[in-house]
Amino acid sequence: MSKAVVKQKRPMTAARFKRVFMNSLVHVILGLLAAIWLFPIFWVVMTSLRKESGAYTSYFFPKALTFDNYIRLFTETTQLNFPRMFLNTLFISIIVCIISTTFVLCVSYCMSRLRFKMRKPFMNIAMIMGLFPAFMSMVAVYFILKALGLIEGNMVYISLILIYSAGSGAGFYIAKGFFDTVPKSLTEAAVLDGCNQFQVFYKIILPLSKPIVVYTILTSFLGPWLDFIFCKVIVGPRDKYWTVSIGLYNMLEKEFVNGWFTRWAAAAVIVSIPIAILFIIMQRFYVDGLTGAVKG
Amino acid sequence: MKGEKKPKKVSDFATPYTVTNAITKGGVFTKLSMLVMGLGNIAHKQVIKGLLFLAIEVAYILFMVKYGVKCLAMLPSLGTVEQQEVFNEKTQVYEYILGDQSVLILLYGVATIGITLAFFFMWREALKSAYMAECLTKQGHKVNNFKGDCKDLLDKNLHKSLLFLPVAGILIFTILPLLFMIPMAFTDYSDINNKLVLFDWVGLDNFKTVLGMGGKLGNTFWSVLGWTLIWAFFATFLNFFFGMILAIVINRKGTRLKGFWRTCFVISIAVPQFVSLLVMRQMLQRQGAVNNLLLELGWIDNPLPFWTNTTWARVSVILINCWVGIPYSMLQVTGILQNVPAELYEAAKIDGANPVQIFFKITLPYIMFIMGPYIITQFTGNINNFNVIYLLSAGNPTPVGSTAGKTDLLVTWLYKLTIDFQYYNLGAVIGILTFVVLSIVALVTYRNTASYKDEEGFQ
Repeated sequence: MSKAVVKQKRPMTAARFKRVFMNSLVHVILGLLAAIWLFPIFWVVMTSLRKESGAYTSYFFPKALTFDNYIRLFTETTQLNFPRMFLNTLFISIIVCIISTTFVLCVSYCMSRLRFKMRKPFMNIAMIMGLFPAFMSMVAVYFILKALGLIEGNMVYISLILIYSAGSGAGFYIAKGFFDTVPKSLTEAAVLDGCNQFQVFYKIILPLSKPIVVYTILTSFLGPWLDFIFCKVIVGPRDKYWTVSIGLYNMLEKEFVNGWFTRWAAAAVIVSIPIAILFIIMQRFYVDGLTGAVKG
Repeated sequence: MKGEKKPKKVSDFATPYTVTNAITKGGVFTKLSMLVMGLGNIAHKQVIKGLLFLAIEVAYILFMVKYGVKCLAMLPSLGTVEQQEVFNEKTQVYEYILGDQSVLILLYGVATIGITLAFFFMWREALKSAYMAECLTKQGHKVNNFKGDCKDLLDKNLHKSLLFLPVAGILIFTILPLLFMIPMAFTDYSDINNKLVLFDWVGLDNFKTVLGMGGKLGNTFWSVLGWTLIWAFFATFLNFFFGMILAIVINRKGTRLKGFWRTCFVISIAVPQFVSLLVMRQMLQRQGAVNNLLLELGWIDNPLPFWTNTTWARVSVILINCWVGIPYSMLQVTGILQNVPAELYEAAKIDGANPVQIFFKITLPYIMFIMGPYIITQFTGNINNFNVIYLLSAGNPTPVGSTAGKTDLLVTWLYKLTIDFQYYNLGAVIGILTFVVLSIVALVTYRNTASYKDEEGFQ
């Protein structure tokens, strides 16, 4: 208490004035920037609650608010079937998640703990592969899937699952980095106790690497939700098999945009909320994973 | 330096059981294994393993006889039979007789070559295995039986079993498509002259068209390449620079509510990118929210041409990319700032350094040390940044009669050429050119990162 009084009585020197001025300036600028960064998000939420339909309004703030857009999004399914898109994506992403997580963890373990001749070449090749924009070979992938008969009808689900998961083994870098930090003495002790390398993997390394396992599960689960271009090329105009992202993209096409604009905003909000939550969880595990890598 | 390194590398995995040794020093059965795979194993009590090798050989020969040879034989011509229209007297209609489809011939040809390479690999493995079985028997060691081999797959050879499926996936869905795409660059497979069904090899013609300065396509290529590099430069360095400043400003002593500010910016990355990009596109339309807001406030009289004017579109794309990317680099730099060793700062203060000197002599070099490789990968990533451009401007504004818009990057142009225009050959050429540049940059930089040079440093 007395300290605060003393502080207040201190004369306003030039240096102190400069500091207070700088601090306020910094806070004003940060406030402005934060407003810019949050403005689009605020706008989508407002649009999703807007009562007046139509793509464009000549004013910024909606005149009346309603939850109708959310309800109609799930009840009116004749033109564009949002619940179905949602379930499609969920189904695909669950299977992709299982396959990719297994692949990534297996490859990461091999690259981190096992020593064999093809290890370095494999790592270099995987690095180069990562540089290709994935869709560069998309036309080729399309032909391959077509030759295998996986484009027609319900088989297209298998196509999408394969596309999202088959090549996932190349994305092992982060998990490998984490496995690298598990002390060698632990695994050596396990080998002395009679574990084979596979047992070392699932009895020692995996339980010790929970953050990175969760991180891998979440990233591979999110893949199909975020991809847009593969689904567009493989599925094309068959809206029965659309995933959420392609559905959202198409709601803004000329034929739908006027009737669907507010529902589009509602769909964007609905998709964003779970993904944002997963992302924030993932961020924490990711940071944990990285700090693990530093601690050693 | 190379000379010093190489011998060490080889000795890491050196084994006497090589193919050369098997051929020169192996016994009768080992040598016969060159013709009949698995014979050497069968002769040395590894019956199941030997039979498996033999089965692979039989399967391969059957495949080659039935399909493979035909596929390979068609490859040089890529098919000659055109699709024909024949009048059927009985039913009184024209019927189509399916001709050769060059794409399938090419695909099957590439796949056959792939299978042959895989078989060659198995052949080498069989030979090595036969030689090993022979040597071990001669030395009086016990030869692994089938059960022992299986056990090894969970221990000494664990990498083989764990990597099998992932590698197969990568081979079929990443590498085979790329290998399939590369030959397309040397054909006339495109909508031009209606060559979509039956096409031929044309050598380097496509490269000449794309790289040629005079032609229309050549001009487009160089201008798109120029914009791609400008874009990648600004997108990378503006993001890094402002992200760093933001992180430092939030992290400085006088700033209150550090966590709150960070959350504000992190929320924007938590929203899926395609959602936020579509939102941005909608907001910047002619009648979109931003123009409306500015008109309502009376700051402008006419809507701003965000997506219709070249300069406006280019600047908008770069600025929106900043909106997307700055929070990421802010998060990363924040992490690094919290890890700068405190004794460095203390030492600098004792030596009488002022804040500006501390920033340029300690903080900045430290950030650059860690972020250096990351910035370079960001740069290559931005050259390939498909989503931002495609979802925001879709490459527009596009001049009349051109295949590429003014904000198109090489990748989005590639997409348009293949998917919209069906100029598959030109798309493949551009893919190859992009890849050559990127892989050189990446390999050079990646090899120079600390984690590659000293990856066991923390174990």
